[in-house]
Amino acid sequence: MSAAVEEVVTEAPAVEAVPKRAMTLGTGTSLVVLALLILAPLVVKNFVIFQLTMLLVYGLAVLALNILTGGSGQFSLGQSAFYAVGAYTSAVLMEQYNVNYALTLPISGILCFAVGFLFGQPALRLSGVYLALATFALATAMPQLLKLNFLEPWTGGVQGLVVTKPDAPFGLPMSQDMWLYYFTLAITIAIYVGAVNLLRSRSGRAFMAIRDNEIAASAMGIDVALYKTLAFGVSAGITGIAGSLGAIVVQFVAPDSYTIGLAIQLFLGMVVGGVGWLPGSIVGAAFIIFVPNMAENISKGLSGAVFGVLLFLVIFVVPHGARQVAIFCQQTVAKFRKR
Amino acid sequence: MELFSNQILAGISTGAIYACMALAVVMIYQAIDHLNFAQGEMAMFSTFISWQMMQWGIPYWAAFFLTIGLSFVAGIAIERILFKPLAKAPVLTNVAGFIALYSIINSSAGLIWDFTIKQYPTPFGSAPFLGSQLISTHQAGMIGVTILLLIGLYFFFQYTRVGLAMRAAASLPESARLVGINTSWMIALGWGMASAIGAIAGMLIAPVVFLEPNMMGGVLIYGFAAAVLGGLTSPLGAVVGGFLVGIFENLAGTYIPGVGNELKLPIALALIISVLVVKPAGLFGRAIVKRV
Repeated sequence: MSAAVEEVVTEAPAVEAVPKRAMTLGTGTSLVVLALLILAPLVVKNFVIFQLTMLLVYGLAVLALNILTGGSGQFSLGQSAFYAVGAYTSAVLMEQYNVNYALTLPISGILCFAVGFLFGQPALRLSGVYLALATFALATAMPQLLKLNFLEPWTGGVQGLVVTKPDAPFGLPMSQDMWLYYFTLAITIAIYVGAVNLLRSRSGRAFMAIRDNEIAASAMGIDVALYKTLAFGVSAGITGIAGSLGAIVVQFVAPDSYTIGLAIQLFLGMVVGGVGWLPGSIVGAAFIIFVPNMAENISKGLSGAVFGVLLFLVIFVVPHGARQVAIFCQQTVAKFRKR
Repeated sequence: MELFSNQILAGISTGAIYACMALAVVMIYQAIDHLNFAQGEMAMFSTFISWQMMQWGIPYWAAFFLTIGLSFVAGIAIERILFKPLAKAPVLTNVAGFIALYSIINSSAGLIWDFTIKQYPTPFGSAPFLGSQLISTHQAGMIGVTILLLIGLYFFFQYTRVGLAMRAAASLPESARLVGINTSWMIALGWGMASAIGAIAGMLIAPVVFLEPNMMGGVLIYGFAAAVLGGLTSPLGAVVGGFLVGIFENLAGTYIPGVGNELKLPIALALIISVLVVKPAGLFGRAIVKRV
């Protein structure tokens, strides 16, 4: 068998390298965003609160993908599968075993971590487009697996499961939607802080070393196999928690809610938000939640085409996504301050 | 035993569909090193164009070849306008571009020709082939066209200057450029050919799966599976892989208990993953050795 030699040096990197500092927001901006997120539900209608909650949920899922791709340089078009596992874990525990909704989150997080870690094992041997393909396969297979006959007593088969919406605890005077929003917000902030710290830690530096140059990383004594699977596990775990929250918020799980379409949306969210820029996850989530609606308003029949054109615009005009816009704004502000 | 051979025959006839699609997938992978997720939609659009021509009264074969020509030009145009500027961009951006293209084509086809299922004519007829109920003359014709296409491609790549230049541009772009090959146009040519082959695949598949904007969804995944099984670097492998996936799918559906129609898709995907893990280069592919 003849072997083709590929020049690695001339190849475009799979993922743009992002310096560690550029991965987060400054303190001031963070506080403003936080204040906005806390105050927002006080002034808007219930349906908007629901949308904002979904924004946080998707933001969390995009963040998870960002850790995997922006952090360790691995692809995944299969996040919807982990999201589905998380959603179903919560739904089944809550509805069939009467477990408290808050307790189901860590359980599905741990379960998805295990699933992701195990899936990371075969994925270890793949990179780039092959990994995209393998995860794509996982995402496409998931709805079919959830419909399996012998799982039906738990999953409800094609019909899916209805999840009851939790009330605000301790008799807080809040609507269910508002309580869920703050509940989701608290978890999102906790995970965001955790993720930022993870990327700044020893493990995070190992991820990035692997992303930038695998061979150099292993020469420095990093256990490449361990950290790659670990990145998959962490990403899957966070996605699973997002899935659980999503199931509680939407109050319904069904196999066809978690198709490859969802995985593609999350992937697009990451690209739009800027790969490797964690705050961009929320921007990306906003893109995938609100832009299809906008496209629908511009032209009903052509909504898919409008969405595609907008995506091309993003790729061509701001290839680094929201991160590029943020950096541009920062520089403009700095210029004005100097004057 | 008869059941077994019948199932193999049925597998070969569905496999022909996958083989066609896999061939298009491999063509473009050769040219640009990416899997084009919009490939199926491009094929679907071409098929609709040929259908429209036939509605206007153009005879089948004229429409067939006109569509191939048009698809070739359209493939080149898409590359020149949309993907040439992305050549140096990270893989990720390219994948996002493919998804955008997918979304645009799918939605436009839905708007122009709406989502109702349409009949598509076959030039080969649909009588049983050689007295067998499992394989029709259309499917036999499809297998014939696929094999002809493969032979044609083989001669093109082995014995023509352009074919040689394309191979050079794909395997060692830097060196190819140094000996005066316009690698950028070779990539465009690859897009054009992939688009044309996709059009052929679409027009051959349409009589079986019927014409509608989402007709290629499942087929493309099986095409990917076939291409991976045969090796993404080998057109022959893609065709063999296509037939193998077809046969495998039918045998698994018949003999493994619990695998009904609903599990056929996960099986194809399990196949992709296991091939990638056990033998990433596929059955006929070249192993890529990286120089660091």
